[in-house]
Amino acid sequence: MSVNQGITLKVENIHKTYGREKVLQGISFEVKKGETKVIIGPSGTGKSTLLRCVNRLTIPDAGRIWLDGTEITHPRTDINKVRQSIGMVFQDFNLFSHLSALDNVRIGLIKVKKMVKGEATEEAMRHLARVGLEDKAAAYPAELSGGQQQRVSIARALAMGPKLMLFDEPTSALDPELIGEVLKVMRDLAESGMTMVVVSHEMGFARSVCNEIVFIENGVIVEQGPPEVLFEDPQHQRTRQFLFKITELYGKSERK
Amino acid sequence: MVTLELTFLLLVVGLAVGILLALGQVYGGKGLVLLSSTYEQIFRSIPALVLLFLFFFGSSFVGLNISAFLSAVLALGFRSSAYQSQIFRGAIQSISQGQMIAARSLGMSKFQAIRHIILPQALRLSLPPWSNEYSSVVKDTSLAYAVGVIELVREGRYIIVRTFEPMIIYITIAVIYFILTYAGNRSLGYLEEKLKIPGFETKSRKE
Repeated sequence: MSVNQGITLKVENIHKTYGREKVLQGISFEVKKGETKVIIGPSGTGKSTLLRCVNRLTIPDAGRIWLDGTEITHPRTDINKVRQSIGMVFQDFNLFSHLSALDNVRIGLIKVKKMVKGEATEEAMRHLARVGLEDKAAAYPAELSGGQQQRVSIARALAMGPKLMLFDEPTSALDPELIGEVLKVMRDLAESGMTMVVVSHEMGFARSVCNEIVFIENGVIVEQGPPEVLFEDPQHQRTRQFLFKITELYGKSERK
Repeated sequence: MVTLELTFLLLVVGLAVGILLALGQVYGGKGLVLLSSTYEQIFRSIPALVLLFLFFFGSSFVGLNISAFLSAVLALGFRSSAYQSQIFRGAIQSISQGQMIAARSLGMSKFQAIRHIILPQALRLSLPPWSNEYSSVVKDTSLAYAVGVIELVREGRYIIVRTFEPMIIYITIAVIYFILTYAGNRSLGYLEEKLKIPGFETKSRKE
């Protein structure tokens, strides 16, 4: 995996406060092209807020974010344009419930990228095939399992041809036996060279796939580094405790 | 037939203004929310007959020369829009926030997201309560009688004056209203069936 072709995402000193609660208190990190970064941390520490700041679904109070040199946080930036190059996958899938799997993947291509229908259909089918669901193209979200819905939602994001993929706890809402199929798609994606930021506590995935784990607590980065280092030789006692706890909960090796 | 024409126009005015009001109430800024809520509150709080008189006499009072028919369309149409806005507002708000967020994260503008994602879902959910509004509107057209519009009831009156058969004529009128309402509701039910999508029909069914 080539990781030295430059920086895709740069996050600098992000702050966000909701009411009196300081959710993010100065988060900075960089993601190189082709790199996969996994963000972990106790619930309520601002992991999701951080991801949402990256595509400006949430506007940070302070700090700046760049995608490939374009400053996302600049008020003049055409955010609808930027969002086309940032794919987002949600914990509860958020597939458009009135559209078939094919239409879910195709609608962004037709309405946002203004692609002609035939071309969009071809492109959408290609991405459905990539997540192994071309035979479910006509199915509506309600007719798909959670794992299938999440794979459609990954295809929907990929179809837009993003430079960066954000995953917000993509397997947390899934039954245990469905997690594996989604992780497999994500692993293939990472191995194909996609730049990814993943909020997840799937430590098996983190260990085997990601380049770096970022541990966030109380709105600050406690520690970040390659998974081997964080697992074997963490610098902070708190990192050790947390990793121990989630490894116990989620298991060490990857689910198949 | 004037009653049909009236019904159609009332529904169209009500639908167009109602959807705009609902969108204003859900997505608008403070000013728009206040404006649409005030409008909706006013038109839902005044009796239809009084509204009708206000529009009919009010228009000439302010120097506008509009026909009785048009003042009926506006008064009753605006009134229906206030009721319809509540149907659409409820439907829009029942759609999970995640739909909008997912649409925006694909790069859709807010307008695109509303048009392609939110409204197609909300309008489907609105059909059952909307058929209720249809029933009211059909029958409300009879109020236009009061300002001299020659609709079904007034036509009936003219016939009664000539034939002195009030019971037969009123029964006929009642049957016509019944047929209009029934046929309309059946068609809307058919439309609902036609637009049915897996996951949407189960929403309304209680387990």
